[in-house]
Amino acid sequence: MRDNHPPPPTSDDDHRSSSLPDLARGGQITDSSSSKTRPGPGSSSSSLPQPGSGSELQAQFPDQVLENVLENVLHFLSSRRDRNAASLVCRSWCRAEALTRSELFIGNCYAVSPRRATARFSRVRSVTVKGKPRFADFDLMPDDWGAHFAPWATALAQAYPWLEKIHLKRMSVTDEDLAVVADSFSGFRELVLVCCEGFGTRGLAAVTSKCRLLRVLEVVESLVEPVSEDEVDWVSCFPETQTHLESLVFDCVEYPVNFEALEGLVARSPGLKKLRLNRFVSMPQLYRLMLRAPQLTHLGTGSFSDSEALEQEPDYASAFAACRSLVCLSGFREIWANYLPAILPVCANLTSLNLSYADVNADQLRSVICHCRKLQILWALDSIGDEGLQAVATTCHDLRELRVFPVDAREESEGPVSEVGFEAISKGCRKLESILFFCQRMTNAAVVAMSKNCPDLLVFRLCIIGRYRPDAVTQEPMDEGFGAIVMNCRKLTRLAVSGLLTDRAFEYIGRYGKLVRTLSVAFNGDTDLALKYVLEGCPNMQKLEIRDCPFGDAALRSGLHHYYNMRFLWMSNCKLTRQACQDVARALPHLVVEVINKEDEAAVDDIELLYMYRSLDGPRDDAPQVVTILH
Amino acid sequence: MATLLGKVQNDLNLKETELCLGLPGGGGGGGGSDQVETPRSNGKRGFSETVDLKLNLQSKEDLNDDVKNVSKEKTLLKDPAKPPAKAQVVGWPPVRSYRKNMMVQKVNNEDQGTEKTTSSTAGGAFAKVSMDGAPYLRKVDLTMYKSYKELSDALAKMFSSFTMGNYGAQGMIDFMNESKLMDLLNSSEYVPTYEDKDGDWMLVGDVPWEMFVGSCKRLRIMKGSEAIGLAPRAMEKCKNRS
Repeated sequence: MRDNHPPPPTSDDDHRSSSLPDLARGGQITDSSSSKTRPGPGSSSSSLPQPGSGSELQAQFPDQVLENVLENVLHFLSSRRDRNAASLVCRSWCRAEALTRSELFIGNCYAVSPRRATARFSRVRSVTVKGKPRFADFDLMPDDWGAHFAPWATALAQAYPWLEKIHLKRMSVTDEDLAVVADSFSGFRELVLVCCEGFGTRGLAAVTSKCRLLRVLEVVESLVEPVSEDEVDWVSCFPETQTHLESLVFDCVEYPVNFEALEGLVARSPGLKKLRLNRFVSMPQLYRLMLRAPQLTHLGTGSFSDSEALEQEPDYASAFAACRSLVCLSGFREIWANYLPAILPVCANLTSLNLSYADVNADQLRSVICHCRKLQILWALDSIGDEGLQAVATTCHDLRELRVFPVDAREESEGPVSEVGFEAISKGCRKLESILFFCQRMTNAAVVAMSKNCPDLLVFRLCIIGRYRPDAVTQEPMDEGFGAIVMNCRKLTRLAVSGLLTDRAFEYIGRYGKLVRTLSVAFNGDTDLALKYVLEGCPNMQKLEIRDCPFGDAALRSGLHHYYNMRFLWMSNCKLTRQACQDVARALPHLVVEVINKEDEAAVDDIELLYMYRSLDGPRDDAPQVVTILH
Repeated sequence: MATLLGKVQNDLNLKETELCLGLPGGGGGGGGSDQVETPRSNGKRGFSETVDLKLNLQSKEDLNDDVKNVSKEKTLLKDPAKPPAKAQVVGWPPVRSYRKNMMVQKVNNEDQGTEKTTSSTAGGAFAKVSMDGAPYLRKVDLTMYKSYKELSDALAKMFSSFTMGNYGAQGMIDFMNESKLMDLLNSSEYVPTYEDKDGDWMLVGDVPWEMFVGSCKRLRIMKGSEAIGLAPRAMEKCKNRS
């Protein structure tokens, strides 16, 4: 679940999510495809005395067996991977596991119907649902594509009146849906919306006014728009009494909030630990809030600026000094750099710092980062330059996650960060596990260096902004660099490639990237071979997103053995024909094959977008007209 | 393999220095080298335009040749005589709109003249572009273009059915010529229209470029016959000018 600061910097995607055979425990799919690399319980039959051996036994033993299993074994299983494995042992275990699963994770809202999911798991307290694939964030899908939360809201309301938590990512959520949530769950505690859209302040108000036990309300990188003209003051809708609030995140909401109401809310929320303000909260206002909540551990600082310089400025540094438990800072949405030193008192304890909306230069960064010895997560803009990266490398030896975003995302730009800063990071931050790095130039040598210096990498996402750009020094393709990454970083689970890449890079990925689950490819590769290498070589591939690559029908067909193991395959503007997609749909009946045709109907390779995913419940009925579901 | 790649490198270099006109390169050159990054043929179908479809070969032996051919072709500019239009590629680089918009806003808000590495106008004027019949909305940054001509080149790349048949030398609708205008609006040719700050829909090209950038909120490419309703305003302007 994407958060500004995910707790442990592991790969964002799940472990082997509820695999197809798992949920389809009626024996529809063979197990062989799922147990390819996980020789686990597999499909062996039960070793427990089977109820049904005698009709009297059937009455007595099942309950006993169930109870034993529940108490002694399944109770301790929290990881859904473990639970999925346990559910495959035998029917009793499957039923027992279903009764004891309290956290339901739906990685693709169309992989299973709400009815089927709620029918199997009857005692769920927390639900996570993910909708659109990631490339939808980049305008590559029609606006009305789907991922509607409404049918899930209805089903959950019916099945789980005691539901406490809902986490949604890339779902289309309306105010009505939020009203259903607010009305249906009397014990509701936690709502997290990440990259969602379709709702406005009215929906938020429904939640804040009716969910009296609310502890967590987090709206993250979501588009909050009023459907009608009126905005609702949702902050004022919290109950007047003391609240149970522990986390309030609304930094992406593009409307001013009622500050008085907010201040009062913070004052009567003694358990508040996490507060992330939007850019409409000014520095002086932040000051007042901090005085009321010195117990905060996570703070999003709002604009970190002021509309006018006050005569007598408050002692901002002292407010920070009073927050002795602060470990995570973000915000700085419209930063006045001269305010930055205010955070110095908390730097020594900071484990997470998000400056990715703050246009600070190397010197400004250095002044604070040199104190952040415990820093594990850093997000920044490339305005810090190679010098800034060097400063990070010098101090932050415990760094696990680094993200560097571009101030200027155009392809013709000269960039302030390069292979120099990149390599410096690799030398100073040996424990690095996750990196997302945007740049205008890179070299194989630097990438190779990182592969050797940071062997613990789980997530490697390098985005060379200029498409097809080769090694800046040697002019060679970037094959060797990415090859070294998959070769040397044995734990790698997520990879995003860029720059000029030939099929060779993908040969490396197929040969060495055995644990890779998520792969992003854009404007790379030469022939079908590249995709074939990956589909044939990477048994753990779950999410494969490809755009603008010369991969065609033969490559698509080479993955038939694996598609049931995957969450999805995305291919946009490649070289696919409708016929080939049709063939796949016919060969794999439990795959939903969605296509959008190219505008140019005369084109031979006429598929603009292929998005396909396994599903237990067949094609959806809410697809927009432009989408065709093949069968 | 290294030798092969070395050979490829030489080919690349030659091509690059030969054809390098127009925009100075991005970071590709660096360090005082002569090699300037060739602006890529960009636009939604940049790749398929430049790469020969015959390269769908399966055998590994041909792979080496392919690498050479493909790399060579990738460096070719569409037409060296014409500086390439800065068409935008949808969704690239993969930065979420939310973040892109934040950066734009920030730069717009800043008063102090901090040195930016980019030369053009700070910030941007993002406008959604829709075309009747096309599946997606696009977004363009109007500050990336300096004239209507550049904008229409970019739109033509994004929407392949948007042809430039009736547009004059300026690349946009010729408002001076009443009969030409009526012809266009009676046809099934596509015309670009935009919604301005006041919420009015206008034909693109009726005001000076800078004014357009400042007032355009949204673009919609529609059939001429549909845009006929906008004609009165356009005709009025035509009359005012002549």
